[in-house]
Parts: sequence; structure tokens; C-alpha cells
Amino acid sequence: MSDGTLTPPVSERDHVAGPEDAPVTLVEYGDYECPYCGMAHPIVKRAQRELGEQLRFVFRHFPLAEAHRHAQLAAQAAEAAGAQGRFWEMHDMIFEHQDALEPEDIIGYAKSLGLDVAQLARDLEAGTYVKRVRDDFRSGVRSGVNGTPTFFVNGIRYDGSWANEQAFIGALRDAARQGVRAAVGSSSR
Amino acid sequence: MSESDFDRLAPNILPAGVPAPDFALNATPDQVLRLSELRGRPVILVFYPADWSPVCGDQVALYNEILPEFREYGAEILGISVDGVWCHAAFARDRKLHFPLLADFEPKGAVARAYGAYRQEDGTSERALFVLDREGIIRWSYCSPIAVNPGADGILSALESITGKSAPARTESFENAAEARP
Repeated sequence: MSDGTLTPPVSERDHVAGPEDAPVTLVEYGDYECPYCGMAHPIVKRAQRELGEQLRFVFRHFPLAEAHRHAQLAAQAAEAAGAQGRFWEMHDMIFEHQDALEPEDIIGYAKSLGLDVAQLARDLEAGTYVKRVRDDFRSGVRSGVNGTPTFFVNGIRYDGSWANEQAFIGALRDAARQGVRAAVGSSSR
Repeated sequence: MSESDFDRLAPNILPAGVPAPDFALNATPDQVLRLSELRGRPVILVFYPADWSPVCGDQVALYNEILPEFREYGAEILGISVDGVWCHAAFARDRKLHFPLLADFEPKGAVARAYGAYRQEDGTSERALFVLDREGIIRWSYCSPIAVNPGADGILSALESITGKSAPARTESFENAAEARP
């Protein structure tokens, strides 16, 4: 069965926040309309604040579109914003307004972020990022994602609780220490 | 419980290499589906304990989303539990499921028993997966701890080996990522 390894690994196609050489890479497979992902969002934010340069965060889409009818469009909107260099701003905006994800809401968020709204609307209408979102979803299936949110810490599925914020951040700090040690070990070889 | 502990205690579900026992079960109140009618296509059998329980919900929701990938392999997927047809109908409607749920209802759990996937103590089936090839031979089987959603990666790997087709995600979508690897 799944060995819980991230497939494919983080690459330049991903949306990445944090330094490339950070000792910990946290990957989230998430659904913008999933209430648990909404709960996890501020916890990830806190982890990013507390670990600072120690943490690189990556978000991949895993919309359960049959269950959450706004999830697919929201994911595409984040991608469309990403094409304009503003992925994370839209990502935050969507998670902070999970109860208002109709197309007109999304357009409103694009406006308030100062995006090229006409371009974003065209992208959504044309389905420009449908394949990109689907590719993320497929990579999640291959990596052993079985629900949302699913986290990977340094490429290995994190099966502990994320809802326990202290435990989650503690696990990331442990991974940071091990990551630093691994890096030191490999450079001294 | 560690994975190896679980393997040791795992029930004896039918293993790879064995012909899948045929069955005929109701898919709706007036429609019966016979397994052997699906010869010529790979078939995924998903035994799960019960409609409405939270883990099953996640599991069927996940498979529902992955249907396009399963269909790329020409595969059919069938959910099977001991729930009755009306229960299945309500559950499928609520979760907007696009694959059949079969009622292993009378005699209760008979098909689950034939596959070694019946939990006598609970009166439900195990959370067991079987992937059958086009000739109806079991090519992969897996029994998950009852509370753990087994995901879909094992199913996709089995379909890949049966059909000789590699995963679309690997061949098409991640060429760049593969190149980026050291």
C-alpha cells in the first residue's frame, strides 16, 4: 500500500513560501471549501511565523468537487491569481472567506487584491487552470492522500494530529533539527 | 498498532491469483448486477463496513472524485456493504456518488464471506479492496485497518500493472518535475 511518500517531490511548478534551503518542507494537499482545511489555515500560518526561515510551505490542490461545489473554481482562482504573481494573497483571501465563494465573490477578492480582474475572469471562464488543478489532485492520490487536509513533512506523510497546534509545530521543529543535521552530515561527507 | 502487527492479525481475504467469486447483488431496488457481466474490464471491488460512517464517507467521496482516473484504465468500481438498497440509495444521493453501491444484504454478508472480508463480531464487512483483471482474476487485494481510509494509490498501481498503462499523472503532467529531479 502507500508508503506515504510525496510524488512527485516539490519542484518549480509548485507554489512555495519560504526559503528553498529551509530544513523543513511542509506540503499541504487542501480543498478551499473544506472546513478542516479552513481550521488548519491559521495553524499553518502560526507555524510559518514561529519557524520563520526554517520552514518552506507548499500548497497543492485537492478539491473534493463533488462534495464541495465551490472548491474547484476557488482552486482555479488561486492559480489565476498565481499567474499574476499573487497566489498566496488569493489563497489567504479564499481561506478567510470560505463561506462566500460564488464567482462574484471571487471577482470581488480579485478586485480588492488589485489583480487584472478581466484576465482572471477570462482564465476562469476558459478553464485555463483546470488541468493544473487536476494534476495536483492526481499527484495527491499517488502520494496516498486520503482526505483533506493531508500534510507531508520533508516528503513523508504526516499522520499525527494537526489540530493539536503545539504538537504539530513541535513535529515541525523536530523535523527542522533533523533536517539541519542531515544537511550538515551530507556536507561533511 | 504497527503495520506489521496488523498484517499478522489481518483476516484472510482472498489473495492475488485467485478467481474472484461471482455474485449477483442489487444495485438499486429493481436492478441486479452480476460480477461476471463485467468480464473484459478491470473491476475494483470496495468492501466497506457501512454507509454513513465517517471514514467510509471519506473513502467513497475520494473514489468518487477519482472516477475519471479509474475510467482511463477502463475499470469499473463497485462499492459493497451489508446495507440495504434503500439505505444505499439515500447515501449515494446525499454524497452525489457516480458508481454503484451493492447491497450484500440477504443472506447478510454472503459475498463478503466469500471474499474472506466479513467481520463476524461486528456483522459488517472489512474495509477491503480487490482489483480484478479482465478475466475476473484477483490481481491485488488489501485489507485496511477498519478505521483507516486506505486511499487509492494501491488501486491505481494495480490497474497500472494489469493494463500495462502507466499512470497518467506520471507520464503527462509531471514531465517537468521529473526533469527537475537531481
